[in-house]
Amino acid sequence: MSALLEVSGVSKRFGGLLAVSDVTFNLDEGEILGLIGPNGAGKTTLFNIVNGVYKPDGGTIRFQGRNITGISPDKVVHRGMARTHQIVKPLNDLTLLDNVTVGACFGREYLDLKGARAVALEVLQQVGLGKRAHMLARSLTIAGKKRLEVARALAAKPKLLLLDEVLAGLNPSEVGQMIDLVRKIRDGGVSVFMIEHLMQAIMSLSDRIVVLNLGRKLAEGPPDEVVHNSDVVEAYLGFPDIVDKLTRTAQA
Amino acid sequence: MILRRPFFWIILAIAALFIYLPLHGNNVSLREDLILVAIAIILASNLNLMIGYTGYVNFGHIVFYGLGGYVGLYLATVRGLNLVAAALIAGVVVSLCAFLFGLAILRLRGAYFALATIGILQAVQSFVSNFDPWGRSTGMYLSFESYQSLGGAMHALWVTYYLIIGVMALSMILSLAVKNSKFGLGLFAIREDEDAAVVLGVNATVYKSIVYSVSAFLPAVAGTFMFYKNGMIDPSIAFEYMLSLEGIVMLMLGGQGAVMGAALGAGLYEKLRSYLLTSPKLSDFHLVIAGGLLLLVVLFAPGGLMGWFYRLLPRAREVVE
Repeated sequence: MSALLEVSGVSKRFGGLLAVSDVTFNLDEGEILGLIGPNGAGKTTLFNIVNGVYKPDGGTIRFQGRNITGISPDKVVHRGMARTHQIVKPLNDLTLLDNVTVGACFGREYLDLKGARAVALEVLQQVGLGKRAHMLARSLTIAGKKRLEVARALAAKPKLLLLDEVLAGLNPSEVGQMIDLVRKIRDGGVSVFMIEHLMQAIMSLSDRIVVLNLGRKLAEGPPDEVVHNSDVVEAYLGFPDIVDKLTRTAQA
Repeated sequence: MILRRPFFWIILAIAALFIYLPLHGNNVSLREDLILVAIAIILASNLNLMIGYTGYVNFGHIVFYGLGGYVGLYLATVRGLNLVAAALIAGVVVSLCAFLFGLAILRLRGAYFALATIGILQAVQSFVSNFDPWGRSTGMYLSFESYQSLGGAMHALWVTYYLIIGVMALSMILSLAVKNSKFGLGLFAIREDEDAAVVLGVNATVYKSIVYSVSAFLPAVAGTFMFYKNGMIDPSIAFEYMLSLEGIVMLMLGGQGAVMGAALGAGLYEKLRSYLLTSPKLSDFHLVIAGGLLLLVVLFAPGGLMGWFYRLLPRAREVVE
């Protein structure tokens, strides 16, 4: 079976900074793939390349077997890949319903206004914003805005959903609800590619994890394998034998 | 679909009123007042598609009106075309020009786009001022005989009045139709956050180009009728920069983004302006007052009159759009 998303040898340079360097990985259908790495590792840049916001300087991206390298984000959505933003981008002066209707109208199914509204109401219910459908997006809390991001992306009826730190800034009970939501989305047949800093959450959610550091892929594999990888520990904590050293110092 | 919107019928009622009032008692001075109001409504409504719907401030919107006047007048007099045909062709030609301008300047955003629209206005005005077939800076004059085809000058004035009221109604209907369409929703998304809109699937480049050239069509048609009625056109009256700015004041005053906002702002502002212009003491002050008004609206009622009205009666949104 060929992978849903195949990223091979992708690089992106901003002036002198190599933000993403020769990154290769696959995402299989029905999978939740986590993307982790220290701040500035290039995670969001990689997302921006995958969904077409940036053109990569090298490498290719294939989605559902077709080459989508360098096509614009609006066309990527039509192909069936939707995303959320780390820094939420609500359409402030529109209602939640209109926000989500935009997603449905211009998504994979390219629905007409009436059909899109029906889908939007359904999705708003699904993410728990159904009662607030007619409020303006600006009136939501940050947790609400994150849900709205997810709802808009879901309304596009994607095959693959890119979630950029949907858990950041949420309180523990909101985190729990969001994790349940992500599981439900996957169980509904949507593959998920997610960036997350909250280690516990990403460990429990992901089938596999890709680790980025300084723009390079550091490791890839099942969650428990990845966290015990010495390169990964080094990237996060400084140097690989820090744990040993600390315990030795304490003993001395 | 649009026939089911109550506001569609309100628009028709407004247009009917515009026709009935001066006709009743053959009130020519009222007609001349209302024609200016109608032109203001046409300009403000179409400008609303850009500013209120898409969030792109166009300082040079008047260029479409003036260019439409030139093309239409040229076709109607020099080429001897029927007035309505000339106006429609002018509309198409100017829309195509707008599409081309758009390709160049719609890559810019915010203040940079706004500045570029001033550049477009200046460039077109300079071009027309030096364009021989259109009479350079002295412009073009209509011979009195050209009104014969519409049954003499007296009659022609009424005919052009009806035509302009028709364009006014169409402008408002266009605004209403766009507002209630998928296209309109895409524009609103661009207005709120263009990057987010693109990621949601809106082809912003195409949408902006379309709305920019659509917003040129009816002003160009109205320009033909208006300058035909006036019997002359020259670069300084065709491309009056002040009128372009005042269009923005009208929108802010009435409430950008609302169909009624554009019309109400245009109507009120035009009335105020003609009062001030004709008042012997205040005649030089109308721009001072326009500036003050704009300041007050921006500071205290950013949603304009309609914004205030919607806050008072939130349910009215569905009826008075």
